[in-house]
Amino acid sequence: MATLVQAVRMALHYGEEHLGVTDIFGEDVGPPLGGVFTATQGLRTAWNTPLDERGIVGMAMGIAYAGGKPVAEIQFCDYGFNTIDLLKVAGNQRWAGAGNFAMPIVLMTPSGSGIRGSLYHSHSFESWAARLAGWKIVMPSTPLDAYGLMLSAIEDPNPVMVLLPKALLRVRGDKLIPGEPEDEQTLKEMIDAPVGDRTHWKPRWPKLEPYFIPLGVASLVREGQNATVVSYGRTLPLCVQAADQLTEEFGYTFDVLDLRSIFPYDWKAISRSILKTGRILIINEDTEVTNFGEHLLRRVIDHHFYDLLVRPRALMGKHNPGIGLNQEYERNTVPQLPHIKQAMREIAEEEA
Amino acid sequence: MPSDRNPGHALLADAQIRSGKESLPADLCLRIHRLMVRSRAMEERMIKMSKSGEGYFWIGGPGEEAFNTCLGLQVKKGEGPAYDYLHFHYRNSAAMIAMGMPMIEGIRQMAMTVTDTHSLGRNFAGHYAKKEWNVVPVTSVIEVQYVMAPGTAHVQKRYGGDGITIVCGGDAGTAEGDFASCLIWSSRPGHELPVLIVIENNRWGISTPAESVHAEKHIIDRGKAFGIEGEVVDGNDPIASWHAIRRAMEYCRTKRRPFMLEAMVSRLYGHSSSSGALRVKDEPCCIELFEKKLLGEGVIDQETIDQIHEQARAEADEALEQAMNEPRPTAADVYRYTYAPSRVDAVYPDDYTGLPEA
Ligand SMILES: Cc1ncc(C[n+]2csc(CCOP(=O)(O)OP(=O)(O)O)c2C)c(N)n1
Repeated sequence: MATLVQAVRMALHYGEEHLGVTDIFGEDVGPPLGGVFTATQGLRTAWNTPLDERGIVGMAMGIAYAGGKPVAEIQFCDYGFNTIDLLKVAGNQRWAGAGNFAMPIVLMTPSGSGIRGSLYHSHSFESWAARLAGWKIVMPSTPLDAYGLMLSAIEDPNPVMVLLPKALLRVRGDKLIPGEPEDEQTLKEMIDAPVGDRTHWKPRWPKLEPYFIPLGVASLVREGQNATVVSYGRTLPLCVQAADQLTEEFGYTFDVLDLRSIFPYDWKAISRSILKTGRILIINEDTEVTNFGEHLLRRVIDHHFYDLLVRPRALMGKHNPGIGLNQEYERNTVPQLPHIKQAMREIAEEEA
Repeated sequence: MPSDRNPGHALLADAQIRSGKESLPADLCLRIHRLMVRSRAMEERMIKMSKSGEGYFWIGGPGEEAFNTCLGLQVKKGEGPAYDYLHFHYRNSAAMIAMGMPMIEGIRQMAMTVTDTHSLGRNFAGHYAKKEWNVVPVTSVIEVQYVMAPGTAHVQKRYGGDGITIVCGGDAGTAEGDFASCLIWSSRPGHELPVLIVIENNRWGISTPAESVHAEKHIIDRGKAFGIEGEVVDGNDPIASWHAIRRAMEYCRTKRRPFMLEAMVSRLYGHSSSSGALRVKDEPCCIELFEKKLLGEGVIDQETIDQIHEQARAEADEALEQAMNEPRPTAADVYRYTYAPSRVDAVYPDDYTGLPEA
């Protein structure tokens, strides 16, 4: 099975060959490296930019104005903060200009903790991103979703940000990407650049098939009765793990929704699940003050106050200046399996 | 609508008007003059609107008409990478008028009508967006246009042809990193881009004099480190401006490399309506200077000049009257044009319709 980062690479290849992608660029995105996480190895249109995030976003916007289809990478979302005003402008161009120009750009960037990244490689970005009106924001938690969401991000004629959970980039899924060879080793030999000299290396791409995951559609990863858990990114597989353990240990079952699209989010799916369980817990690792999960809580309260059996809640990252390198810091700053399991157990057990 | 051509001077077809070593045919000078006057009339009409309540905030380009008219007239106008891309700031109205924009388009934006094709009554005056002319949306955010310009030029370089990207802004804004980004991204070795980097230097920020915060003599000197050639021109002199722009465009069109052009211009109504938009007396006016020259050369008389001003004012008044009778945006327009239609979006297949609903 492909890793998430291989899935992204295959999606970008599909995009180059079939969806009109003209430029894939960013810091160290082109040869020889092909991206610090290898997301862009061997891609025909990949190139290296100056070390300038604002320049990267501006380049993407310019290419889009002139009819190209750019996919730009910000090496770590931690280094996207100096582009916020440009992102705001990218999101408003169609609206501000009375529909004169669309802004079909894809911006991908690794987000979140889990790679022992300490202060400047552990940030989350989705709460900042969700405030950028005019954008669409997605965050896959499996390789197949990464493939399907990336294809939709490319196909969509609006600015789409693809947040890639840093911690899951090397994780394998349990479903093949359409066209992916069955054998992991075969895939590796075909599309991973060799270590060392790559001057003459060329990838052999599998015959990939289109697979579009519509934006705004969550995936119900576990189905249950005791509570609804909404998550995405790094914390999603932890929620699934916790759900399975709590089922085995106590017989509690959960609806676990992988939101996948942060904006637009699948309100239908959230709403439907709340009506069934009467309990909702939102889990992510972004910091807790004006966290995107708080927006969802507000909607839950507005629409479902009288449908709830217990108070709705959110488990989020601590409002802290950063994540410290010693793992004791990280473990106590962003939700880990024990915290998640504890919160899920509590919401399932609380008396109505 | 009055035409740009001066009807009474057919005999002057061969006359040349000189400025230093350079010259332009008299009929072209007269055409430039009329366009400058029309742009000024539109701006002055908008200033009045900002004071009468027919509009709110005003910002624009009185004092920059000579340079901008010559720029607009030489743009390769059209849609797509074969034509020039324009990344304007908020003082380029005269370039738009020279390109053929009817005054009513500027006035509608100031009047915030829903018929404003540049922004649907959403944006400040002078914040144009026109796809058919490759005029990408003007923002108020100082200098961001300089990081987008290499992007359109990148596509143009790949496309071939002689289309170039023109980016304009003030002098104070060049302190932003985005200006440095523009120099770096348009001069990458082996990937030099056809970007005409224009600085309209009025020597002011809002109130901060350039010499109090900048040590460099000319802004274009910064290009030297990147091998970017440049020129400083008197932006109050249309003849000098015409030729400097012609040379700069020619360079970018044929060499497919960046060029910097710094035009020294005046700011005749202060920064904006926030600073009162009052006529300043201590900076040269390009229209007055040009009229003196044209009168001196005997290619126009005062009566004709007065007529041209009169006609331009009448045109602006008519445009205002028409705009004030046009529909305004309604609550139903708030979300319009947020998203382009998408076949892969389950929530917003057509446009934004508010927060996701069940
Ligand atoms: C990024 C940013 N910072 C500050 C402002 C506020 N502001 C608007 S115009 C201006 C001065 C701009 O001076 P200059 O670049 O020389 O252009 P000019 O207005 O003189 O043509 C300032 C500070 C802004 N619009 N954008």
